[in-house]
Amino acid sequence: MTFSLKINGANHQADVDPDTPLLWVLRDVLGMTGTKFGCGMALCGACTVHLDGNPIRSCITPVGSIGTSAITTIEAVGETPAGRKIQRAWLDLEVVQCGYCQSGQIMSASALIASNAKPSDTDIDNAMSGNICRCGTYGRIRAAIKHAAQLSDAN
Amino acid sequence: MFTDRFAEGHGAGEPSGLSRRNFLKAGAAAGGGLILGVAFARGGMAQTAQEFAPDAFVRIDRDGRVAIIVCQVEMGQGTYTSMPMLIAEELEVPLSQVHVEHAPPDDRLYANPLIGFQVTGGSTSVRGFWKPLREAGAAARTMLISAAAQTWSVDPSTCRAEAGQVIHAPSGRKLAYGALADKAATLPAPSHAALKDPKDFKLIGTPAKRLDTPPKVNGAAKYGIDTRLPGMKVATVAACPVFGGKLAHVDDSKAKAVNGVRQIVQIDNAVAVVADHMGAAKKGLAALAITWDEGVNAKLSTQDIVDQLDAATQKPGIVAKQEGDVEKAIKGAAKIIEAVYREPLLAHTTMEPINCTVHVRKDGCDIWVGTQVIARAQAIAAEITGLPLDKIAVHNHVLGGGFGRRLEVDFIGQTVRIGQQVDGPVKIIWTREEDIHHDIYRPYYYDRLRAGLDDQGMPIAFHHRVGGPSILSRWAPPAFKNGLDGDAVEGADGPYGFPNLLIDYVRQEPPPGLLVGWWRGVGVTHNAFMVEGFVDELAAAAGKDPVEYRRALLGKAPRARAVLDLAAEKADWGKPLPPRSARGVALVFGFGSYIAHIAEVTIDKDGSVEVKRIVCAVDCGTVVNPDTVKAQIEGGTIYGITAALYGEITIKNGRVEQNNFDSYPALRMNEAPAIEVHLIDSNESPGGIGEPGTPGAAPAIVNAIFAATGKRLRKLPVDKDLLKSA
Ligand code: FES
Ligand code: FES
Repeated sequence: MTFSLKINGANHQADVDPDTPLLWVLRDVLGMTGTKFGCGMALCGACTVHLDGNPIRSCITPVGSIGTSAITTIEAVGETPAGRKIQRAWLDLEVVQCGYCQSGQIMSASALIASNAKPSDTDIDNAMSGNICRCGTYGRIRAAIKHAAQLSDAN
Repeated sequence: MFTDRFAEGHGAGEPSGLSRRNFLKAGAAAGGGLILGVAFARGGMAQTAQEFAPDAFVRIDRDGRVAIIVCQVEMGQGTYTSMPMLIAEELEVPLSQVHVEHAPPDDRLYANPLIGFQVTGGSTSVRGFWKPLREAGAAARTMLISAAAQTWSVDPSTCRAEAGQVIHAPSGRKLAYGALADKAATLPAPSHAALKDPKDFKLIGTPAKRLDTPPKVNGAAKYGIDTRLPGMKVATVAACPVFGGKLAHVDDSKAKAVNGVRQIVQIDNAVAVVADHMGAAKKGLAALAITWDEGVNAKLSTQDIVDQLDAATQKPGIVAKQEGDVEKAIKGAAKIIEAVYREPLLAHTTMEPINCTVHVRKDGCDIWVGTQVIARAQAIAAEITGLPLDKIAVHNHVLGGGFGRRLEVDFIGQTVRIGQQVDGPVKIIWTREEDIHHDIYRPYYYDRLRAGLDDQGMPIAFHHRVGGPSILSRWAPPAFKNGLDGDAVEGADGPYGFPNLLIDYVRQEPPPGLLVGWWRGVGVTHNAFMVEGFVDELAAAAGKDPVEYRRALLGKAPRARAVLDLAAEKADWGKPLPPRSARGVALVFGFGSYIAHIAEVTIDKDGSVEVKRIVCAVDCGTVVNPDTVKAQIEGGTIYGITAALYGEITIKNGRVEQNNFDSYPALRMNEAPAIEVHLIDSNESPGGIGEPGTPGAAPAIVNAIFAATGKRLRKLPVDKDLLKSA
């Protein structure tokens, strides 16, 4: 079946079974490898993308369920004010180690600050505990989210 | 730690630098400009300038770009910044002018000076390359100055290098490195290039921004798993779930009918589904009806392994270290304390699942992968295909985590075998389940400890019998000498001085098929839990404060005592906490670094353990990038907490019982404590930092649990059921 997907503002076609997870359509069919595979079971958050601005796990999202919703991935999240601030904050505070989980962390974090200008520690726990980082960058992620919330839109 | 087994003359006390002279070599780069390398005296290098080509560490192009060829891989630990910093410091170029290239595989040219072949592991990168890379930078600087001096017909001593150019101070003339590179390439490499005085360092010791991170925040960084090639297929694989078992029969009729599935490939012990994309490959794999020949391990369980270790460690092992007379001292002791400590099998679960891409052809083979041992990747492909080494090209990538898992090439061999049956390039991705079922695990350890205390409660005898397999005997057989595995006993007496000491080693291998290997912190992680838990028991038996007790054993270890004191001060050691909350301490020496962890925990009524705060004090000698040191200690500590609270691989009917992050959990944001890292100012040689954060986490936590509850845990992971309050 051919699906027409709105990704990062552009239309893309993919000819796959409707139960194919969005993750593999992005990575293998469309070549957008910034979104990562970590568990395939919504346990790690590495595959997080935005669906109409909300963070979802693309590894368990069948492509057939998306319809006309707009998908944003790590490749384009920097074009949103929240995404730009989060990326800036990640570099300012040197959050990243191996970096493999960070696409997902950044997608979760930018969705958080887009909807919550001043997240508390509990808000951060709630929004970020689905994202595993085996390099253990949690302390810096927490600090960087708070730092991002302080940055101006122009940043 | 295993590196010291290879590097003769580099004992724990002098972990860095090369005692023998390194040869600097220079020449013209293929496209113009200067290239410069270091031939390590240890590695049997080509010694003539004509042979000089690929073993470069620095290349200066005519346009002034400085390429630094890094043979140590980047897996999050910051080598793609720290290695360039060493060169850039001496070369006098800003980091912003530098770009990093992966080195190709070559065990001779790019050997790790502390290990002897091309490997990133054992926290050796800064320790091993501290001197040679600065020498390379200094030599290049000297040659560029000479080239400028010749151009201007002035004395080189009147010129200096600064920010990528040579300046002739008296006349104010300047020439950029790019303009000097061709001329410099015609000059002989200096036999000796003076290194800067550390007090003149501009870059080393500063929190330089990492060079590898910008593409890691926008999805641009390419890991092995991101490999894409024209005509490439994607495959996923199932190996026999029972260790050592084989593939008996596959009915693939249903799998072949799955949309996008192209081919089913069988090898000796596994089957792969090759498809257009991973979604189809996974669906195809689920549709296979596979019959396994489960072999001799079909009934194996964890308890079998434990029973074997228990029996084997009843008898004395090979003596690893002996001082004084332990038996005699114990006879005269006022009190004898004995305990058995155990640690489980562990998986690594690198965030980037295991993957490898190959294109096997009649006349050559290309491999795209992220590996800590690039030359081994090349060698195993040569062995399987029968092709000569120079026909195997390995394209290395940044790694989505290593932790020791990518010191192994099992999955690369598997991919090559599958790739031999596929026309065109194929990428194999293991599911997370496959990753956990077929890891090369941190071994099960079963150690017996015994101490004799005097009437003051201080240890007059300390006996540590280590029981476990030998990783070295498989991974680096020459390093396994006289039946002794140096890694297994690394740190088995901690940083302490015991008047009578015996460390012996009982080698007990798991059943064939179950492979064990390196895991972050290697032998030091294993022994730190045993030793620091047991020393805490001794302090309790003596009725003494755990910090004071350790302090008293550190008369000959001032650096260890300094980190202990600093951690205690910063952690408010001794300040009262609410009931069922307490602090615990662990002190570790490893990889040339000293580290103290103090954990603050609270135990809930249901027995669950909340790690609230961790304070670390670290003396890793001269610091190259303090922010990276802190990040590594933070991350290493989290890795250790995960293992302490959750890490356990168990086996039933020959199969691993855990599957994914649900049954093999990792610490998450809501559980992660605040971690403070305090660095000691030091001019000592640099120590390692990639691993030292891990070993102290578990013992600090179990010691805090003891202080909070009176329950002494001698087995990991923490068993909540033992900690419920009535
Ligand atoms: S890959 Fe989707 S949550 Fe882990
Ligand atoms: S940075 Fe490596 S897993 Fe998060």
